[in-house]
Amino acid sequence: MSIQIRRDKCVGCGRCVEACPGNLIKPDQEGKAAIRHIRDCWGCTSCVKECRADAIFYYLGADMGGRGSTLTVSDKGDLNIWKIEDPQGKVQILEVSKKTANQY
Amino acid sequence: METRKIRTDVLIIGGGTAGCFAAITLGRKSGLNVLIAEKANIRRSGCLAAGVNALNAYITKGKIPQDYVDYARRDAEGIVREDLLLSMAGRLNHVTKELEDLGLVILKDENGEYVTRGPRNIKINGENIKPLLAEAAASQEHVTVLNHVNITDLKVEISGEEGEKETEGRRIAGAWGFDVNQEIFYDIDAGAVICASGGAAGLYRPNNPGFSRHKMWYPPFNTGAGYAMGILAGAEMTTFEMRFIALRCKDTIAPVGTIAQGVGARQINSRGEVYENRYGLTTSQRVYGTAMENREGRGPCYLRTDQISEEQQQDLYKAYLNMAPAQTLRWLESGRGPSVENVEIEGTEPYIVGGHTASGYWVDGNRQTTIRGLYAAGDVAGGCPQKYVTGALAEGEIAAEAAIEYLKAQDDRRHRNDDIQESNAAREDSGTRENNGKELSEQGKAKKAEYEAFLEKSPSLLTAEQLEENMQKIMDQYAGGISMDYRFSETQLKIAAEKIAGVQQLIQELSAGNMDDLLRIYELKERLVVCQVLIAHLMARKETRWHSFAENTDYPQKSDNWMKYVNSRMQNGKIKIIYRDLVTGGEKYEHSDSER
Repeated sequence: MSIQIRRDKCVGCGRCVEACPGNLIKPDQEGKAAIRHIRDCWGCTSCVKECRADAIFYYLGADMGGRGSTLTVSDKGDLNIWKIEDPQGKVQILEVSKKTANQY
Repeated sequence: METRKIRTDVLIIGGGTAGCFAAITLGRKSGLNVLIAEKANIRRSGCLAAGVNALNAYITKGKIPQDYVDYARRDAEGIVREDLLLSMAGRLNHVTKELEDLGLVILKDENGEYVTRGPRNIKINGENIKPLLAEAAASQEHVTVLNHVNITDLKVEISGEEGEKETEGRRIAGAWGFDVNQEIFYDIDAGAVICASGGAAGLYRPNNPGFSRHKMWYPPFNTGAGYAMGILAGAEMTTFEMRFIALRCKDTIAPVGTIAQGVGARQINSRGEVYENRYGLTTSQRVYGTAMENREGRGPCYLRTDQISEEQQQDLYKAYLNMAPAQTLRWLESGRGPSVENVEIEGTEPYIVGGHTASGYWVDGNRQTTIRGLYAAGDVAGGCPQKYVTGALAEGEIAAEAAIEYLKAQDDRRHRNDDIQESNAAREDSGTRENNGKELSEQGKAKKAEYEAFLEKSPSLLTAEQLEENMQKIMDQYAGGISMDYRFSETQLKIAAEKIAGVQQLIQELSAGNMDDLLRIYELKERLVVCQVLIAHLMARKETRWHSFAENTDYPQKSDNWMKYVNSRMQNGKIKIIYRDLVTGGEKYEHSDSER
């Protein structure tokens, strides 16, 4: 269970560094975000939600059955748009309304 | 290290669920200056980081607070503080309304009533619940938030005013800590302190011990700091032996309640038999039943979901994205959603967490600990299980109101003593502000030197990570972890105690290259103190009252002789066990000098 930060996309805004509830992300020498403890991520996706540059994705470690798909989320007004992309590039989108309560 | 001295009226340690609500309450009901010291950033820190999708402690229509007390007492087999449960239960609906006013989306029916999910639960969209609480706390006029500051120790004075045996005249004076990024030592003076730093995860070897070791039920960053600092300062603790083990979706350790209650899925074994009725329906019995089915060759166990509709499946995908996205990712990337494949379940490793069981600080009705002026709220506070989110808010509110009264009484006493000069001086000095003029006390200097020693030491062969893995292995094998089906014997516990003491001695060998390393050393230290007390409590209760939570193979039965609390206090580095009578019915417990 962890996240990966795409260094080429990171703009060094520091939002994820600030938000990570485990203090796991630190700025590198060029001020870009880097996860210092890759095994210590809880998987809360706070950083993925904070990132405005689409530079952070979340994935399941193979030790718990992960298959290499990535999960990202973007904030579109009243919707959270979740995107799951498998290693072959197949994309699944789930739109979750912020204004609607869960049915369960 | 640079030193920063701060003075405030109320210090809140930990800006999670309870801490934020305590700050909101203090902001609204007093003009006191409040400082939240938070290890990470209050925006997403604590249990609510990813969100929640139900409020599980609510008095639904036709029920009364006493019903909630009765439920929690039954679930804990009698070892609860009924006074604490009742005062919490009485506030559940009011704090829920506060959450709704802050912007939380709660599902309502056509009559505007909250839609329930089971007898005590209501449905919400809780993805943003933590940012809502954090923004409300930070926006209070007199509340200052100190993010990325880790508190390690409480400052306690011996007041000599009260002479109570339980408190030994101890009075809170503030706390010490450090910045997790920069070399800054914090010396904080406070009139009152509310400890709200959460429970303890990471004591036992987890379900996924490798790369995904932190894919666990409880925040892995909740290291039991609040318990440890209280224990080391001589505060009394209660019921650590009631461990909490969650029943979760296998691998992702995502919640099962959303499936079980949401679509009515039953627990079945590999033969398709519904087994939950064989073992009982309390929280611990559900875990025990699953462990037993596996042990006796009828595993794995599942939630039966293969009859749900496509629409229900889509709703489950969305529900999990709002609280445990790993589960939705798991379903979608495997191509086998819950309508195709039953959801396998397993028990987690044990945790110490006062929001679910009764472990934590021994408090009075005001949530005051046995250190005067030190309050505990949320998962660090004992005696009051089944708090969930709303119960933690209720305790944050109770502690905040009590802290206001405590500081007012202190002020009044100064006036009564005609010590107006001192009172005025104190007031002028109040307010959350830097106060770097005064020199550090001897104890403050010693604490700073303790941090610096780790930073100055040349790199060591041993690391905090290695010692943590050793601690988790010891607890797993000798104190009833997953690999032992949660069972332990006295012989094993004695070995656990010796080995944990051995790990504690190795801490002085560790070195820190930077503040992040220092944080990890202190998190390990905290966990080891919690382990030490936990083992002593498991040893002290010579019965098996809660299957799995405290499964003592030397005493496999429940006994009426053990209808009492097992409490403890650290004295001169040793754990002293204290037995106390149950607080039941309408009785209210107050700290006194009658030590039983």
